[in-house]
Amino acid sequence: MRPFTYERADSPAAAAAAVERRPGAKFIAGGTNLLDLMKLEIETPAHLIDVNGLKLDTLEATPDGGLRIGALVRNTDLAADPRVRRDYGVLSRALLAGASGQLRNKATTAGNLLQRTRCPYFYDTNQPCNKRQPGSGCAAIGGYSRQLAVVGSSEACIATHPSDMAVAMRALDATVETVRADGTTRTIPIAEFHRLPGDTPHIETALVPGELITAVTLPKPVGGTHVYRKVRDRASYAFALVSVAAVVQRDGSGRVAVGGVAHKPWRVEAAEAEIPRGAKAVTAGLLADAKPTHDNAFKLTLVERTLASVLAEAKG
Amino acid sequence: MHHSGDLDMTRRGLLLGTAATAALTAAPFRAPARAATVGETAMPPPATGADTSSLSPVLSKVTFTVNGQRRDLELDTRTTLLDALREHLHLTGTKKGCDHGQCGACTIIVDGQRINSCLSLAVMHEGGDVTTIEGLGLPGKLHPMQAAFVEHDGYQCGYCTPGQICSAVAMLDEIKAGVPSHVTADLNAAPQATADEYRERMSGNICRCGAYSNIVDAISDVARREA
Repeated sequence: MRPFTYERADSPAAAAAAVERRPGAKFIAGGTNLLDLMKLEIETPAHLIDVNGLKLDTLEATPDGGLRIGALVRNTDLAADPRVRRDYGVLSRALLAGASGQLRNKATTAGNLLQRTRCPYFYDTNQPCNKRQPGSGCAAIGGYSRQLAVVGSSEACIATHPSDMAVAMRALDATVETVRADGTTRTIPIAEFHRLPGDTPHIETALVPGELITAVTLPKPVGGTHVYRKVRDRASYAFALVSVAAVVQRDGSGRVAVGGVAHKPWRVEAAEAEIPRGAKAVTAGLLADAKPTHDNAFKLTLVERTLASVLAEAKG
Repeated sequence: MHHSGDLDMTRRGLLLGTAATAALTAAPFRAPARAATVGETAMPPPATGADTSSLSPVLSKVTFTVNGQRRDLELDTRTTLLDALREHLHLTGTKKGCDHGQCGACTIIVDGQRINSCLSLAVMHEGGDVTTIEGLGLPGKLHPMQAAFVEHDGYQCGYCTPGQICSAVAMLDEIKAGVPSHVTADLNAAPQATADEYRERMSGNICRCGAYSNIVDAISDVARREA
């Protein structure tokens, strides 16, 4: 790990200003992904700003009946919150499908959104990777790509976003609240928060340097049956090959977001009109532009079958 | 019985000796890796960080409580909580396995919650309350979970055991607090203390000897007695 200086921030805007002021500075919250990457010298911050004291760790009802989740709410606490379990079950289920009990106790809401890909070539510093070292190339293309993206990928990068939580938040139309160094705030719809790789896969989100996530807000509950189904190589504590977050209403309408297939949680609203016609029709719309590799073409079938299972469960 | 003759060596001494041998064996393979690192400096630095290769180690003071005792430390900011415990406080009960949050050997209890001490910086725990395996119980006065692991043979080599025990103690508290899990059937009901729940909730603690069934028996025994 490279040496770094360390400070504790006392307000969100001060934290944002501290990162903006110092090139190579980063926020640290749970640290479960950042420290992993710092040990491998994939992340090499010269300065860390500890945001854990910013009191962004509460959940509160919004005036329009939604729920505002502080950026520092731990994954365990978010999954266990009675309002989340009752009104946003798909989110609770997604969180509980991810990581381990120990990691969920540390991992934060904002940190979960910002976690980096687990593409093996991103982690292997002896390999070229456009995300880790822009312009160096992509060893995953033509390499071992079983776990990697099938849709929305580019000639520069076929990495996936590893989060389960973000897939559920995409289905729930969450918005991300941020603050910048000058104190200005903005809200970013989750659909626009994560970017596709294009030719700049190292730029993963809509955040500008120094911008700090302060909360994620869920709109008022939409009811329906909430299902999160994760398919992985072992029964627990593994990243998704494919996951499906669904909220299905009694009249057959619904929402579907898919994880493990793209550089961001994958949702195509137009495809959701096909839900009453079944998984095959929905998948055709969701993955119309898919460009799988030889190794991961199985994911197209796996999405359809997982979705079929989820829709059957939702119907009861 | 003692058959080792003049070779009066502790298990820890033997392991350290083995590690040194492994390091020597690995030395020839490290040379190309170093060369690659030097080569990389000519390439553009990663977009995510500045070039920090020339920065000197930075020391920082931190105070937290370990097993009820206040500890004042001055540490390199890079020191993980795990290394602070093992290398600076000489509490070697907490083990380093993968050092990347994947195996759970380093699990300890901080402010009442189980965490991977390898993925947390010591300086981030100012004022924290840390409990390690040594703080749960010691020979002669074992914690019920420690006693149950002995009784049910919940280990073979024992390396993952301190992490398994700390994890199990905090895990039962999580069930009592109503935290659901991936296998909890009804999200809106209180989770049950069952073997299926223990298996899922303990999945962050790997046992390469495969003592899992006895570990579940030990946890079930403690949970039954506490109920």
